[in-house]
Amino acid sequence: MKLPFSAVLGIFLTSSFLFMAVFAQFLAPYSISDPSGGVWEGPSATHWLGTDTIGRDIFSRLIYGGQITIFVALASSTLAFSLGAFLGFMAAVKGGWVEQVMSRLVDLVMAIPSLIVALVILSVLPLNLTVLILVIGLLDSTRVYRLSRAVAMDIAVMDYVEAAKLRGERQTWIIFREILPNALSPLVAEFGLRFIFAVLFISTLSFLGLGIQPPLTDWGGMVKENKDGLVYGKSAALMPALAIAALAISVNLVADWILSRTSSLKGGRGG
Amino acid sequence: MHPVLKLVVQRIALGLILLLAVSAVIFLGIEALPGDTAQAILGQGATEVSLANLREKLGLNEPAITRYFAWLWAALHGDLGVALTNGIDISTAIGQRFGNTLFLASCAAAIAVPLAIILGLVAARYNGRWPDKLISGITLTTISLPEFVAAYFVIFLLTQVFPIFQPVAMVFPGMTFWERLHAVALPVIVLVMVVLAHMMRMTRAAILNVMQSAYIETAELKGLSPMQVIWKHAFPNAIAPIVSVVILNLAYLVVGVVVVEVVFSYNALGQYLVDHVTKRDLPVVQAVGMIFAAVYIGLNILADVITIIANPRLRHPK
Repeated sequence: MKLPFSAVLGIFLTSSFLFMAVFAQFLAPYSISDPSGGVWEGPSATHWLGTDTIGRDIFSRLIYGGQITIFVALASSTLAFSLGAFLGFMAAVKGGWVEQVMSRLVDLVMAIPSLIVALVILSVLPLNLTVLILVIGLLDSTRVYRLSRAVAMDIAVMDYVEAAKLRGERQTWIIFREILPNALSPLVAEFGLRFIFAVLFISTLSFLGLGIQPPLTDWGGMVKENKDGLVYGKSAALMPALAIAALAISVNLVADWILSRTSSLKGGRGG
Repeated sequence: MHPVLKLVVQRIALGLILLLAVSAVIFLGIEALPGDTAQAILGQGATEVSLANLREKLGLNEPAITRYFAWLWAALHGDLGVALTNGIDISTAIGQRFGNTLFLASCAAAIAVPLAIILGLVAARYNGRWPDKLISGITLTTISLPEFVAAYFVIFLLTQVFPIFQPVAMVFPGMTFWERLHAVALPVIVLVMVVLAHMMRMTRAAILNVMQSAYIETAELKGLSPMQVIWKHAFPNAIAPIVSVVILNLAYLVVGVVVVEVVFSYNALGQYLVDHVTKRDLPVVQAVGMIFAAVYIGLNILADVITIIANPRLRHPK
């Protein structure tokens, strides 16, 4: 099988971002919090991407920030996925009032823009990593729920599911052994899209000052810290912005490729 | 009752129920979360006595349901309460800012809507060839960018590389219309970028969908030029889906506005909301959140109603 160029590029960039996130502590040349140069220096041999508003090395902070951004996004999209997919499958298998109640609840949450819901919730809860992951994950699980319910509805009427039911298998068996393996490919592509959504969401929240709090940092927060320099022609704020864009686009390329592969296998379905 | 009228009334009624449910979520859901308004105002060092006094003053000892209906009743009469942090009447504070937000959003819509439809038409006309691929490629990239990232690229490009605009959008009472327009130019460009991609892609999809119909083939076979086919036969039939696409994206604009206002320090509703989330000023957050949700739901209802009215099969039942 030959990989298209865009997929190779996407996989390469995505895995380098992951590598950077995992080994941040070994890769970063300077500390995350201590100034190591002058304020807003341009790129040089010692500071590859220059220094920020109080003289910290941008390249190092970019690596540490990427670790947080990717960690929060991965954790919340995994949460969104396990919860959304499980409840979606359950709704499709059980039907009846269980499905009605869950679907109407999801409709209700999706009737308000996620950013507004998140802002309202975060005005009461303390701002820490756990809360952020939970809020983003729960809001995002509504979208996964809709997709997995629709996918599972198709599968739940298949003869082999009927056979398993007649055999007397339990509900969890049907969900995990019959439906999940057959629904996996469209869901994997969706995971990529949910991950991007989570990256953009946490970055936006941090940019608004309602996400990751100092001394930790993430890419959205770095844009916020360095935005004032832009007016004086200092491009420091553009580096984390570029990183967000690059991560989003490279994961998008991979997700696109998986989606086109799975949909062509199924004769165009699921695209 | 005419069937279309019935459908429309049903849809609006459903929307109103949804709005009521959303208000309950925003009020009661927040109450259910761990956290204490009185504690939030006074901070960690507050004594038991002062906490109890403040709870009494804010009416926090009443059951949540009672407070919800009192809040809803007052809100329906235009009274949104006062801000916890500075005691200013929320309705007054919102009035002016809401106008500013609407001004920004409508400027963006006035540019984005016609542009998206024209680009969508062009992309559908040259489906699969280079104009389509170029337009699709660019819009795919802008979709992957969050609003604030797009905003800073635009700021850097248009204030530093090509110094044409000011990086902050200050509006104040007494400015003429043209001064205002000039002030909001940059945020408008960013918002157009953000919604244009979705709008254009969905317009293109709507037209391509219609293009598969038999009457389009007839029109092609009788010798009309491709642009004539699109303009005379495909476009009128695609109007309903396009209008609903446009309105759904205007609803999306409502959210984009929040972030863009913060980027450009534009004194309007989104900025006001984010400020008061930071200050943990719950009444303001609930009121503004409710307004954003209402606009969003309202636009969604409008999109559905237009789709219903635009359908000739529903308008002229057999």
